[in-house]
Amino acid sequence: MTETTADLFDPGADETGGGQAGPASRAIIVSYGFWIFLLSDFVLFSGLFASYAVLSHRTAGGPGGRQIFDLSRVFLETACLLASSFCCGLMSLAVEAGRARATYAGAAVTFVLGAAFLALEISEFAGLVARGDGPSRSAFLSAFFTLVGTHGLHVTCGLVWLVVMMAQVASLGFRPKVVRRLRCFALFWHALDIVWVAIFTVVYLIGAR
Amino acid sequence: MFGKLTWSAIPFDQPIPLAASAFVVVAILGLIALISVKGWWPYLWSEWITSVDHKRIGVMYFVLGMVMLLRGFIDALMMRSQQALAAGGAMGYLPPGHYDQIFSAHGTIMIFFVAMPFVIGLMNFVVPLQLGVRDVAFPVLNSVSFWLTATGVLLANLSLVIGEFAKTGWLAYPPLSELAYSPGVGVDYYLWSLQIAGLGTLMFGVNLVTTILKMRAPGMNYTRMPIFCWTALASTLLMVAAFPILTATFAMLLLDRYLGMHFFTNAGGGNAMMYINLIWAWGHPEVYILILPAFGVFSEVIATFSGKPLFGYRSMVVATMAICILSFLVWLHHFFTMGAGADVNGFFGVMTMIIAVPTGVKVFNWLFTMYGGRVRFNAPILWSLGFMVTFVIGGMTGVLLAVPPADFVLHNSLFLVAHFHNVIIGGVVFGVMAGYNYWFPKAFGFTLDEGLGKAGFWCWLIGFYLAFMPLYALGLMGMTRRMQHYANPAWQPFLILAAVGAVVILAGVGFQIAQLVVSIETRDRRRDLTGDPWNGRTLEWSTPSPPPAYNFAVMPTVTGIDAWWLMKKAGQPRAHTAYEPIEAPRNSAAGFVAAFFATMIGFAMIWHIWWLAIIGLFGAFAVVLASAWRARDEEIIPAAEIAKIEGARAAPEGAA
Repeated sequence: MTETTADLFDPGADETGGGQAGPASRAIIVSYGFWIFLLSDFVLFSGLFASYAVLSHRTAGGPGGRQIFDLSRVFLETACLLASSFCCGLMSLAVEAGRARATYAGAAVTFVLGAAFLALEISEFAGLVARGDGPSRSAFLSAFFTLVGTHGLHVTCGLVWLVVMMAQVASLGFRPKVVRRLRCFALFWHALDIVWVAIFTVVYLIGAR
Repeated sequence: MFGKLTWSAIPFDQPIPLAASAFVVVAILGLIALISVKGWWPYLWSEWITSVDHKRIGVMYFVLGMVMLLRGFIDALMMRSQQALAAGGAMGYLPPGHYDQIFSAHGTIMIFFVAMPFVIGLMNFVVPLQLGVRDVAFPVLNSVSFWLTATGVLLANLSLVIGEFAKTGWLAYPPLSELAYSPGVGVDYYLWSLQIAGLGTLMFGVNLVTTILKMRAPGMNYTRMPIFCWTALASTLLMVAAFPILTATFAMLLLDRYLGMHFFTNAGGGNAMMYINLIWAWGHPEVYILILPAFGVFSEVIATFSGKPLFGYRSMVVATMAICILSFLVWLHHFFTMGAGADVNGFFGVMTMIIAVPTGVKVFNWLFTMYGGRVRFNAPILWSLGFMVTFVIGGMTGVLLAVPPADFVLHNSLFLVAHFHNVIIGGVVFGVMAGYNYWFPKAFGFTLDEGLGKAGFWCWLIGFYLAFMPLYALGLMGMTRRMQHYANPAWQPFLILAAVGAVVILAGVGFQIAQLVVSIETRDRRRDLTGDPWNGRTLEWSTPSPPPAYNFAVMPTVTGIDAWWLMKKAGQPRAHTAYEPIEAPRNSAAGFVAAFFATMIGFAMIWHIWWLAIIGLFGAFAVVLASAWRARDEEIIPAAEIAKIEGARAAPEGAA
């Protein structure tokens, strides 16, 4: 079916009623599929969380969480990421309203805050490696670097994706497929927040006790 | 410059791998030469390689599975012949290191590159047709998934020619698979090929779950979905939920091997048992990923060839979804001997027995479907009957293994090997063969030869019993698995019998190849002009054979279970005269090119050629960008063209 911008912005047009009305619209299908992908990503993280839980006290004579975690830095990181997510929400509103300049502004702040989060994380990792407490020091540090690093890798991919999306908006405008991708990006960015809240709690808050 | 890669990677000193790889290289070069001489490249490129049509991709998955079945089966013949020979003073013809590679490659290939492409191929081809829709949710992603699987296959086979394969068994347990004990590239080949193929499988799962939940013909609510679609939904939900665990587990092992981490090492506080837990948290759902679609095939075949609706449709749906959930609660039965204690073992033993209950429900539903029906004994139903008998035996030995004290005696013995071959051959392979005979006419427009197909079935069935029943006995006699040589001469007669069984299966494979060749040669006499050669019940049989690219000229409206059967009963199937233009996805080279770069990354990582891996990564990113800026994703098929295609088909149907 040929889609128009109108049905993209009107969720009421997409009622499927348990399959009575036939295939859902492209907008629904794309977001729904991306949700399913995000669920699989959560499963991936759950595997890493499980490993961290098993190995969190296997320090092999090396430092434990209490020695290496700096909660004030982590607080700053969390603030950056949550604020970035908020700005991403503002950007989404601008996208739905079709306002290009507000979209760029929202994306720029989202990007800067995300990059600040990443910089703080990298400086934490670099400090640990410089002290000889890198990922090969102990099983605990392997699990820590892998879990937190995988989240950081996701944030990095998200930043690249955001840049690509801004180039798409600039060159293609708010055509349906660009809007659909921006919605997926927003889902991705918020999902990384959820994962980070879990990392903040399980790794840093519990680990620093 | 080239990392660990030197000329010594090619096994010049080992005659068997060298001859095998020379044969494979010559065969591939011969195939390329043939295609070039005949000028088939443009056709292959535009109709298959870049196709995003779910039917074409499904067929390619299936062909991949067939080719790899031959490879995995050659491994099996080598193992059977080695064990038939290497008793007492005789050492057989395979040195231990080579034998270890063969059983590792056999298991890896048969599960990941035979069984998986087979069931994914069937789901890809059949599910959109049964749902009454024109394609899957994400057609280009579907192509990418297929080509990433092909990359995994290519890397695994490359290990035959360059380097070596893992010697660790099909799940690469640490600490043996850690760098300290497996310093070669074998485990790296294993890990990278499965990581890349696993990514393809995960994306296929996401794709099909979305398709089934969000794209169905008008009127097809959940309780009207064909049972094969239900089993496909359960299977793909398990892919989404289980494959990321595999990815995470392999990633951790890779980090251990590449960056000196300590997830599963003996030193540094690592925990090898964690790997075993994680890999089976994927591995047990995986066997249901394979068997559930096979259950779906049997449900379709038995209903069709009995001329009756499936008995207990709703109980079948409930049983399928119950298995889907329970499959995540039994993983520990793969290692009762870990030492988790009686309570934990008791829980997992009981859960394992409980999962046999919905499976039993299914068996009775199939039996009651046949009861009172006028059963037509074509090849697909023979496979289904063979399955019912064989799978019940395998299920019962499984319940026996679920008793922890019995498992302590039988674990790692040939009893276990016999059990899982019993359920995987008797269940998955028989199901795939039933589906192959059943849907082949739909895919290609002509039926397969019945006589040769039945001969193939009987050889498989008899060969299976000859090959694996002796292994049950040997397991009870105390023979462990994976033995390159054994001292006890009392075992040898059983192993010779098992080797004979493997040869009988080989005859079955021969009959199947003959069936395919003969059927293609005589295709003009066996055309399926009706589109409905078996008097089918579900929507795929309402399309012509083979279906046009758009599947359905007019979106069908579903009024109940067995939608096509109801349409036929209503008396006016396919009565359409007016058509609307259809928007169809355009072909895309993204999958093929992405797989090219994935192969580059995988090969470079295996051999530590870092610059090449970086180039591959940028190449893959470029593919993403090119897809993102693609001008047109769809093309319009005009109504006039649809009317022409549909009109050409209406004539023979009117005559019939």
